[in-house]
Amino acid sequence: MAVNDALAGTHKIQEEAAAQRPGQLMPILNDFSQELTTLNLGPTHPATHGIFQNILQMDGERIVSGVPTIGYIHRAFEKLAERKPFYQITTLTDRMNYCSSPINNLGWHMTVEKLLGVTVPKRAQYIRVIMMELARIADHLICNSILGVDTGAFTGFLYVFQEREKIYEIYEEVCGARLTTNMGRVGGMERDLSPAALDKLRAWLKSFPAVMKEFENMFNRNRIFMDRVVNVGPISAEKALSYGFTGPNLRAAGVDYDVRAMNPYSSYEDFEFDIPVGTNGDTYDRFIVRNEEIWQSLRIINQAVDKLPDGPYHADAPHYYLPTKPEVYKNMEALIYHFKIVMGEIDAPVGEVYHSVEGGNGELGFYLISDGGRTPYRLHFRRPCFIYYQAYPEMAVGTTLSDAIVILSSMNVIAGELDA
Amino acid sequence: MAPDSAAAPEAPVAEDPIKAQNAQVLALLHRLFGEATFTDVHEPYGLLTATTTREKIHEIIAGLQQDQELKFHFLTTMCGINYPENVGQELGMIYHLHSMTKNIRLRLKIFFPIADPVVPTLTDLYNTANWMEREAYDFFGIIFTGHPNLIRILNVEDMDYHPMRREYPVEDGTREDKTDLFFGR
Repeated sequence: MAVNDALAGTHKIQEEAAAQRPGQLMPILNDFSQELTTLNLGPTHPATHGIFQNILQMDGERIVSGVPTIGYIHRAFEKLAERKPFYQITTLTDRMNYCSSPINNLGWHMTVEKLLGVTVPKRAQYIRVIMMELARIADHLICNSILGVDTGAFTGFLYVFQEREKIYEIYEEVCGARLTTNMGRVGGMERDLSPAALDKLRAWLKSFPAVMKEFENMFNRNRIFMDRVVNVGPISAEKALSYGFTGPNLRAAGVDYDVRAMNPYSSYEDFEFDIPVGTNGDTYDRFIVRNEEIWQSLRIINQAVDKLPDGPYHADAPHYYLPTKPEVYKNMEALIYHFKIVMGEIDAPVGEVYHSVEGGNGELGFYLISDGGRTPYRLHFRRPCFIYYQAYPEMAVGTTLSDAIVILSSMNVIAGELDA
Repeated sequence: MAPDSAAAPEAPVAEDPIKAQNAQVLALLHRLFGEATFTDVHEPYGLLTATTTREKIHEIIAGLQQDQELKFHFLTTMCGINYPENVGQELGMIYHLHSMTKNIRLRLKIFFPIADPVVPTLTDLYNTANWMEREAYDFFGIIFTGHPNLIRILNVEDMDYHPMRREYPVEDGTREDKTDLFFGR
C-alpha cells in the first residue's frame, strides 16, 4: 500500500512539474527491473567466517553471478617451507586448516616418515588415530553448528562449543597447545598418552554422545532448518568430481571416496567404520553426512581406546626423533643428536613422495620433493578447500543472498587453508 | 649426506599388487600414446611417475580421462616446479591423476624452458584445473593457453614477479644480521 502511494506521489510530482514547465524534458522514472546491483560480499563479513570476498551481481534478491577473490591471508607457506627443516614445517601446517590442526600435523609427519622409510609403532599409530578423529569431530562440530547459526539457531552452536572446548583440553594434555597444536613428531608422538589425558578422553567419550544426540534432535528434522537447507546449493556427483571435491562435500554428492578407507594410513585398516554418503549433494546432505561422520569418528576412537596397544610411542629413529631431556644431559650421543636435529643438520634422502590424509574437509595431500638437503626442494600442499571453493559461484548463482551464506558455511571453507 | 642408519631407503615395501597395477597402467600408456612418449619412468614410493612433453600432455590426460578401463576422472592436484640448473628445461608442471574406480594414482611431469613457459590448459577437461593453473601462473609464471581467466590468484595483481621461482630467495639477500658463519647456509 505504502509503496503504491509513494509511487503515485512521485508520478503526481512529475505531472505537476511537467504542468508548470510545459515543453521541458523531465527525467523519466527509472525502470529498475532490468538493472543489476553489484554487491560486495566481504572481505570481512560477519556471516562468512573468515576473509572471503565475493563480488556478486544481484538481480533483486537473486544472485546472477559471483566472482570470488581469495588470497587475503596468503602467507606463502610453500615458499617458506623451502627454507625450513622438516620439523619446523609442522607449525606451518597448523595454520592451514586451523579447525583440525592435528590432522595436518600428523599428515605431514606421515609424509616425512614415508620419505625416510620410518615405521611408527602401533601404539603411536593408534594415538594418532584418536587425535585425528578428535580433530575431525571438532572440525565437523564447528562447521555444522555454525551452519545452524547462519540459519538463525544459535543454541546448538553454544551447546556443542562446550564439547569442542573439552576436545581442546584433551589436545592440551597430549601436546600442550589448543589451536595450533604442533602435535606429534617425525617418528611418533612427542609423549605418551598421559593417565590424565586418557581420563579426560574416557569421560568425554561417555558424555559426548548425549550432547550430539541432542544437537541432532534439534536440527535433523527441524522444519525451519530443513526449509532453509534442503535443495539449497546442490551439486551432482559428476560436477563434484570435476571440481575436485573431496571429503564430506563429495560424499554428500554420493561418491563414497574416503582416503581412510581407500588408502589406509596410520592403521585405519584395523578399525571398523562406515562411510556415510548423501544423495543430491545439497546443504542438508552435507550437514547430515558430517553429523554421521561424527558418530563414525566416535566409533573409531572407542575402538582405538579399547585396543590401544602397549609399547613405545615413537620409532627408534635417533636421527629424526629428539632424545629425552635427561638423556641429553647425561649422554654424549643424545646430545649430538639433539643438537643436530634442532639445528636442522640432518639431511633427508633424495626422493619424491605424495601422501594424503582425510582432512576435516577433504583429501589433504602433501607432495614433497627432497633433493637430499635439510629442507624440502619443493613442498606442495593439496589443500582441499582451495580446490573445491572454485565451485562456489556455480553453486550460489540463482539462489538468494541468504542461501549463498548457508552454502558457503556448509562447504566448510577455512580461510587459512584456502590461502595457505 | 644421509645418515647411515636411515640411509636413502628405497621405495619401502612396494607390494606386488601396486607393482602389478603400475605395470598395467604403464602398458596402457604405451599402447595408447607410444613408448617413446614417456621418459624417466619410475615408481617412487609406489606411485607411477613418467615424464612427457608439453605437446602431448593434453592429449594424454584427455585420453586417460576417457579411457573406459581406468577412468582417470579425478585430477588430484597439479603444481609447478623450477629447476634453474636444468638449462632449457627450467620450469615444469607436475600432474597427479587419480582413478577412483581402480584406486590408481599416476604422476605426470612436463618440463619446458623458462623463456617460453607456455603449456596447454586442462580447464576443458577438469573444472578444478582453473584455480590450480592460476596458482601455477601466479607462483611460477607458467602461461596456460586456452585458460579462460589466467590472472593471479593468491598474490596481489600488481606484483611484477613470480615468487616461487628459485631466483627469489625467501629472505632478503642484502641482510647481514642473518648470515650464519658457522653452518654456511
